[in-house]
Amino acid sequence: MSAKRPLSPHLMIYRPQLTSMMSITHRLTGVALGLGSLFFVWWLVALAHGGTYYDFVRGIAEHALGRLVLLGFFVAVSYHLANGIRHLFWDFGIGLSLQGVYRGGYAVLCVAALATLGGIYMLFLG
Amino acid sequence: MTDHSNPSMRSPLGRAKGLGSSRSGVSHWWMQRLTAMGMVPLVLYCLIGFLCFADASEAAARAWIAQPFNSVALILLLGTGFYHAALGLQVVIEDYISSESRRILMLAFMKMLMTAFAAFSIYSVLLITLTNGA
Repeated sequence: MSAKRPLSPHLMIYRPQLTSMMSITHRLTGVALGLGSLFFVWWLVALAHGGTYYDFVRGIAEHALGRLVLLGFFVAVSYHLANGIRHLFWDFGIGLSLQGVYRGGYAVLCVAALATLGGIYMLFLG
Repeated sequence: MTDHSNPSMRSPLGRAKGLGSSRSGVSHWWMQRLTAMGMVPLVLYCLIGFLCFADASEAAARAWIAQPFNSVALILLLGTGFYHAALGLQVVIEDYISSESRRILMLAFMKMLMTAFAAFSIYSVLLITLTNGA
């Protein structure tokens, strides 16, 4: 490929905007959930196995680091779910105006913030 | 030779193979949306169900999963979820891995991983459901 052909502007040249940042966060949380589901699979396998092995895995999940991973998973699920619904509305042609895109974005951020607070309460204070 | 019974621009071979210029047509995009819509109620149901036995004791977790409606919801969620994850991860790999050989290897590995996740987790749910109280 010739280096002299015109290139599209590099992404980093743009000022970060709510829309683009939320888009890449949707992708990041999606990847994190896909790969992080390994922990959920592990927990289910341990539960099927039962006994001392389940207690061992439960001990890891209830450790401070385990709780942190659980919190991250919960927040990622909440964000990806809420923003996924926003995407589905767009697929039906709803909320695609500039104002609608920002309103939906703030709504999703509110859901994610509430989920974060709820998760912190359940996992660390409850 | 012109086939006037076929108003489409696609060649008969292309039509037979079901492949457009995007190689797989619209089915990837459509299945991503379809699984997403299916997962909305399933995630909410299972998440709320799990949060209700937050003490995570073995007996409580088993009892919740072993209820028929719950185990079916969980199996549906796991099946749709890992399918949805494979479709999503496929797009990410296709976007960022430019070397074709590496891309094909990563796609194959990712699909095997998601299939394995689905198999292990669904088998576990079945095992929990069928052995609970036995």
